[in-house]
Amino acid sequence: MKKAIVFIIFAIFLLYTAYELRPFGEIKESKMDDYIIENAQNETGANNVVTSVVFDYRGYDTLGEATVLFTAIAGALVVLRWRK
Amino acid sequence: MNGRMTPIVTTIAALLFPFVIVFSFYVIMHGHLTPGGGFQGGAIGASAIVMLIVAYGVKEIYKKTGDETLSIFESIGGLIFVLVGIIGFIMASSFLYNFLVGKPLFGDIPPFGSNPGELNTGGILPILNIAVGMKVIGGLASVILIMALATEGGKK
Repeated sequence: MKKAIVFIIFAIFLLYTAYELRPFGEIKESKMDDYIIENAQNETGANNVVTSVVFDYRGYDTLGEATVLFTAIAGALVVLRWRK
Repeated sequence: MNGRMTPIVTTIAALLFPFVIVFSFYVIMHGHLTPGGGFQGGAIGASAIVMLIVAYGVKEIYKKTGDETLSIFESIGGLIFVLVGIIGFIMASSFLYNFLVGKPLFGDIPPFGSNPGELNTGGILPILNIAVGMKVIGGLASVILIMALATEGGKK
């Protein structure tokens, strides 16, 4: 019974959120997009704005991604490496 | 992946290997100009090594390279990434600051607009791309090598 009530409340919450979403493609605030599009080439010196966002503006995120990769590979090597 | 495949397959794999590696280096080095970058180019390079593993068999490739070499390669890539971040912290204001813009190495600022193809731009982005590419090549190749070796050992 309790599970059913929780499920119904959660479903109502999700449906309300889906109803309240903006239509796809309509942005409310575009300040950051415009700033990055206009200034990324001057600030980072790279033509590829996607790379300048991934490696410069969001450098921490890429560092964490690389750390996740490192941890996964270290775990796989520790489990699977066999020595005689 | 048990043992060598036929001479046709091994010859074609050995012929294709340098071209795939060069394409991988191209994707990594042009990460700040064209679509792609460290992760994608590293995946291409790792797939070249996987092609050799499939064609020549695990044992032969493991004897030639060993997984420790690839692991050390990967760790050097991670260290370069963190060191570049710390150098940005020392020379400028914050961690991973793009301190190379305006300097002679990778420091040119391209004109606004479409891509003229100047490689000497981007500040620290090419260095980080190379670091991530080293990480992905070494990591993926070593983990696939060790997984193939483990499954082959389990069959006996």
